[in-house]
Amino acid sequence: MTSSKVTRTAGAGRVAVEVRGLVKHYGETRALDGVDLDVRQGTVLGVLGPNGAGKTTLVRILSTLIAPDAGSARVAGYDVVAQPRQLRRVIGLTGQYASVDDKLSGRENLYMIGRLLDLSRKEARRRADEMLERFSLTDAAKRPALQYSGGMRRRLDLAASMIGHPAVLYLDEPTTGLDPRTRNEVWEEVQRMVADGATVLLTTQYMEEAEQLANELTVFDRGRVIASGRVDELKAKVGGRTLQIRPADPGQLAAMARMLPQSTPDPETSVLNVAIRSDEQLTEVIGRLGAGGFAIAGISTHLPSLDEVFLAITGQKASVPAQDRGASELEEMVA
Amino acid sequence: MSAVTVDAPVGEGRIGVRANLRHIGALARRNALRIKQDPESMFDVLLMPIIFTLLFVYVFGGAISGKGHQHEYLNYVIPGLLAMMGMNIAMSVGTGINDDFKNGVMDRFRTMPIARSSVLIAKIVVEMGRMLIAVAILLGMGFLLGLTIHTSVSMLLAAVALAMLFGASLMWIFILLGLTMKTAQAVQGVAMLVLMPLQFGSSIFAPPSTMPGWLEGFTKYNPLSNLADASRALVNGGAVAHSVWMTLAWTVGITAVTAPLAVAKFRKKT
Repeated sequence: MTSSKVTRTAGAGRVAVEVRGLVKHYGETRALDGVDLDVRQGTVLGVLGPNGAGKTTLVRILSTLIAPDAGSARVAGYDVVAQPRQLRRVIGLTGQYASVDDKLSGRENLYMIGRLLDLSRKEARRRADEMLERFSLTDAAKRPALQYSGGMRRRLDLAASMIGHPAVLYLDEPTTGLDPRTRNEVWEEVQRMVADGATVLLTTQYMEEAEQLANELTVFDRGRVIASGRVDELKAKVGGRTLQIRPADPGQLAAMARMLPQSTPDPETSVLNVAIRSDEQLTEVIGRLGAGGFAIAGISTHLPSLDEVFLAITGQKASVPAQDRGASELEEMVA
Repeated sequence: MSAVTVDAPVGEGRIGVRANLRHIGALARRNALRIKQDPESMFDVLLMPIIFTLLFVYVFGGAISGKGHQHEYLNYVIPGLLAMMGMNIAMSVGTGINDDFKNGVMDRFRTMPIARSSVLIAKIVVEMGRMLIAVAILLGMGFLLGLTIHTSVSMLLAAVALAMLFGASLMWIFILLGLTMKTAQAVQGVAMLVLMPLQFGSSIFAPPSTMPGWLEGFTKYNPLSNLADASRALVNGGAVAHSVWMTLAWTVGITAVTAPLAVAKFRKKT
């Protein structure tokens, strides 16, 4: 598991998105119930949470599509309520559902966005071609987006969001519904954007996605922030990755377990589970197995699922009463 | 990619007239390209004027002006159909805008630094183009069957312009409907319910003097009657002023009330 996150020094610490006490109600349901968060310039903040946690509501408020009931939010210095026009100049949005015109070709879509962003005809054409090239859509430039595959549409959507060099980019569950290969394509694009200096607020349901892309993480549940911090801090809290080792000879399982103190053997599947907290530890475990002369048939790492993350976080908060999980079903209706 | 700043630059972010026109142009281009991609959406514009002309002239023409005198009815009904054309095309704006919201692209438009009204105005610009085509076919059909202009070409063009202006004001009503109702089918249903009595309870197809008193009273205040009378007078001669002024008053009144409502609705729609 390689991590291609870029640790930034320039501009680090300056806040590009500042959210304070944000509240949005839909009738009785509190989609956002007093949310605070910061996205530092040039970093990726992952907002992790299940359906109905309020992630999309947050993105819609930050992109001026809906107004909050209370609290404040500033993006690149602009207030979402008082300065929506200025704010729209500095943001890019890629939603869960591709927001491109499916009857228009890829190039026409991007050209239109360029013109709406006040580029000259020539400049809009140049920029559209540049983006098509960058997102590997040149061959499909003239076809209507309707004929694109899911991944191509998502890439076109990303390209459309990038036309205006946005200072802050919102990615609302950018890989939901995509197959693993397409998901990787989208991840690569996002990593490139971040390497180019974009500030990103990413919402996701997948711990794996958050770990791949985000520097910092905020975990949402029922409109509230239940945990936040650096990805590695949070991972340490929830137990990080699990290394699963399958010995070539199932009879050696017990011997291997004796050698690795923090491991738990599972005789039923003949797999040894080792809790991993850092890449160094991973290397060390493999090294020790190699030195011990064990033959290994298979090896894989397993990230905690959203459920496990929640269990770990809310488990620590068990002292707080009335945290019944049943209520989250209600909120899925607002998602 | 160029350097990115997070400091708020000075300037209040208003959209200038030229930028606004450029945005409307880009969005109108989008609507036109959508038509190109979906040529079937032009069927109403291409066929409606032909079918309606044939239907009304040959089915009702004999009954109203006497067998063999259909051409007399022709000069009565074509200017009337001019008024109706605008209304029927305007209806399609409502279903179109409703469909647009099923598409995520509306969210993108609404997060861009453009006046939100420009999305709606672009829609109207393209629909006006469609209306112009329908009007051209209608007049072509009329001339083919023997329509004669008793005034002048400029008066005919004035009639066309008046019908288009009034049609544009109706589009705001249908945009409002399209933004309010949940499905395109519902928009169409409501539109038909409103359209039928307005169209037939007017002077478009038959002279109101042949109707019972209460209906004649209704037709007098029906803006479609004003428009039909105005365009008839502009084509066939006669007193023009009252009906033209009434039509213009309706046009301004409808636009002044429904356009701001539609833009507000568009802004708030989530």
